[in-house]
Amino acid sequence: MPDPKGAAVVIIGGGVTGLSAGWWLARSGVDVLILEKGIVGWEASGRNGGGATHVYSPFGLEEQRLWPQMDELLGYPTEHQPYRIGIALSEAQLALARRWAEIGETRGFRWELLDRQQVKELVPIAGDNAIGGTFLHFGGHANPQRTVQGYAWALQDHGGRILQHTTVTGLTIHGGRVTAVETTRGSFGAETVIVAAGPQTGLFAEMLRVSLPLAPARVEMIATEPLPLMRHGGVAGNGLYGRQTLRGNLVYGGGPHEWINVPDMATPEHPNTPLVRNLARRLAELLPGAAHMRVIRSWGGVVENTPDGLPVVDRLASPDNVIIATMSSVGFGLSPAVGKAISEMVMHGRCLFADLSAIALGRFAETPSDWRERAGWIAAGSPIAEATAGGAR
Amino acid sequence: MTLDPRSIADKAPRPERHVPVVVVGAGEAGVAAAVAAARGGAQVLLVDEHPVDNDMMAMDVPLYFGQRMQESVRNRALMMERVVEANPGLAEAHEAGVDVQLGTYVWGAFVNGPSVRELPGPMLGLADDRRSWLVGYDRLIVAAGARDVALGFPGWERAGAMGAAGAHALLTRYRALASKRMLILGSGSLALATAALALEHGIDVAGVVEVGDAVHGEIGAFPTLHGVPVYLSHTVKEARGKVGEVESVVLVQVDAALEPVVDTEREIACDTICWALGLVPNVELLHLVGARLLFASSRGGWVPQLSDVMQTTAAGVFAVGDCAGVRGDRAMAREQGRVAGIAAAQSLGANLSPLPARRRTESDGPAVHAYWQQWLQSLVHVGGWEVNVCQCEEVTRRELVEVKPPRYLKWDSPQMNARSLETILGDGPVNQDQIKRLTRAGMGPCQSRRCREQVGLLLAQSAGTTIDRIPLPSFRPPLRPLPLNVLWPADEPPAMREQWVSWFGIPTQFSPHWEAGMAIAEPTAQTPLILSDE
Repeated sequence: MPDPKGAAVVIIGGGVTGLSAGWWLARSGVDVLILEKGIVGWEASGRNGGGATHVYSPFGLEEQRLWPQMDELLGYPTEHQPYRIGIALSEAQLALARRWAEIGETRGFRWELLDRQQVKELVPIAGDNAIGGTFLHFGGHANPQRTVQGYAWALQDHGGRILQHTTVTGLTIHGGRVTAVETTRGSFGAETVIVAAGPQTGLFAEMLRVSLPLAPARVEMIATEPLPLMRHGGVAGNGLYGRQTLRGNLVYGGGPHEWINVPDMATPEHPNTPLVRNLARRLAELLPGAAHMRVIRSWGGVVENTPDGLPVVDRLASPDNVIIATMSSVGFGLSPAVGKAISEMVMHGRCLFADLSAIALGRFAETPSDWRERAGWIAAGSPIAEATAGGAR
Repeated sequence: MTLDPRSIADKAPRPERHVPVVVVGAGEAGVAAAVAAARGGAQVLLVDEHPVDNDMMAMDVPLYFGQRMQESVRNRALMMERVVEANPGLAEAHEAGVDVQLGTYVWGAFVNGPSVRELPGPMLGLADDRRSWLVGYDRLIVAAGARDVALGFPGWERAGAMGAAGAHALLTRYRALASKRMLILGSGSLALATAALALEHGIDVAGVVEVGDAVHGEIGAFPTLHGVPVYLSHTVKEARGKVGEVESVVLVQVDAALEPVVDTEREIACDTICWALGLVPNVELLHLVGARLLFASSRGGWVPQLSDVMQTTAAGVFAVGDCAGVRGDRAMAREQGRVAGIAAAQSLGANLSPLPARRRTESDGPAVHAYWQQWLQSLVHVGGWEVNVCQCEEVTRRELVEVKPPRYLKWDSPQMNARSLETILGDGPVNQDQIKRLTRAGMGPCQSRRCREQVGLLLAQSAGTTIDRIPLPSFRPPLRPLPLNVLWPADEPPAMREQWVSWFGIPTQFSPHWEAGMAIAEPTAQTPLILSDE
């Protein structure tokens, strides 16, 4: 048994958001403890597309500013690579790629429209089915697994603590504040508690009697054997997200999700399904020159979404020493900025670099508990509708 | 209101056929199971991946072929003939009415569970060299056999370093082993049987090498081995040869502490060095269907928990033969198959009498992992820590236990240098999947077939524990490395093509935060990009 010593800040969840917040706090000298039920970054945080191009977000500019510095700041490799190439196989796909680029332009970033020839020069395995594309002189991607481990190690290097294989079982509330976090390995006192528990974040909101609608879903990715490195690995399109890794593997996901329930604190199962075949087809369409390459692995992951798909990063009104953070299924790329924002909320009472009012919890105060059925995400009466997905009681 | 059109709800995969009983693997146990189930009145599909194509063999999938295939393996029709000729059971199965499909890989098994509810039923992913397809089943009998254990030494990447299961397959099923002189590692029954088989096929056996001080098997049971040199208390120092080939092997004697004895090196000419230290049950499919696995060193490692009719803990799934625990006993494998086949047919309503005989008491072989650890220790003492543990990703033993990031990152920092397996152990028990992802050991195209055991053994040893105490590393589909243009479906439900988006399709998810209320509908095959103020 570890010494059940609390900390100034106890973070529930060793995913990418909690790890980044903990790291930013630790490097500012704050006494921080992360409680993780399994291994750090083990679920969707460590297995995702690795994209870091979210300039539409309130965290977007800070995301862009921080990523090129992350290797140095952490002292561990993230495999961050700059730039993104969007390949379009149809006019509709081109319109979407342009829209992404133009959002960046609004924020002061540069981009270029590519014709087919330019696409094929940049991406030799692209095909004649490409009608054009975009080259973003911003954005990028990194290796999720290496990055989450980097956050965890860097946090420890700054004196922060991580307890793995430690499941939170309850919260002790006294005088309108959470005073301790109860776990399978004892009780940990806390001045501030950050809940960043991914698909289980909603379970904590219920414990704290706040309305936080969250729908968990399962998604899938595939990985090929290594190919020779392209000039830029950040190539996507045709309804796929992903990248070529620095080893050369093509790692891509996309397509239909399956809404599920995550009823307790156990790690949800995350199997793959025959969808891996459909992913293979879209990848071969996007990069016909790689159609003969072999798929050697796949992953599944469980992520959570709010009704509007936007994050909730907010301090509760009561208990007022709790900060809730869910990134609504888009957390990895934004993690450097989100962790920094959370650390500022702890230390300064608010995020200093961005206005987070658009992602406040209050927007869901009146969301009914059957919101998934009302939004048409799941059928009323379906087996998963038997469980609630947060919202007002 | 219509259901979320971007979800899987109306796009669930449809198997192209449904068969009540599917048997995977046409070895002794699989054939017996298929025949018993068919005679019990069940409709049965028996699939076997042999003959596998040359490209797959060149990756040491599914067995450790070590590049010792003759050119003839490229002739698929010839190989199909030989595989059929070598296995009289196939004809018996055919006569019993079993649908036999050879040259067919099973690359996945998919069942509903807490996180998957949309499948119309349990199904397998199958493929040949041209396409993949799905087959639904009611009962699955896994008879997937076993694979080789390999432990590295300098030069083990060379063509000619192979495994006993690969050698047996090339000799007996394909009749296409390109070897003239073979040195055999290990002296248990597998090693001695391999030596005898090689001699029978006109291959010179250069010797049998045993790290321990006595022969493990009953050498008297193999009269043809008389005169074959046996090197006791020896291990491998190196395999040598011209570019990429094994032409000789340097052996060295070891003492009781498994340390090399000075001036005892001897170079033995041979074109093949064959690991025959034991076999590992192929439990990949069983893992995918969620069958409970237990560690039993006397049966090769992780094996399924079984009922007395060979049923696993996964609904409707049976395991028979070596994948249920390596015993190397053909009669027992047939008996297991027969019991499972009858039980499967009965559970589908066949009115069979008598009830299947309960399995007879099965004796286990010797525990193998301590033996493998002994070999590995000797190889580390003699070959050092700079030997690749993973060939595909070129990860050395040192890089594995120091948890180094891959060399191609050219990363160097004091923080990283201070990290090691030891610091990771300070945070929790050793987890092979975590170490694999950090070092990339086991992440290559052979899908860790060549390195799985030695990675586990090295990590266990370095962590001061034993391999049974660390979790089984995961298996994910596809269980065979299949090209994108083989794995892809020729046909998809229309909704799959029409409604495909990259991420959820929540219109406000990627809208610029400064344009409150702006929605962006990701375009699909049928719809253009839509921007709107909600």
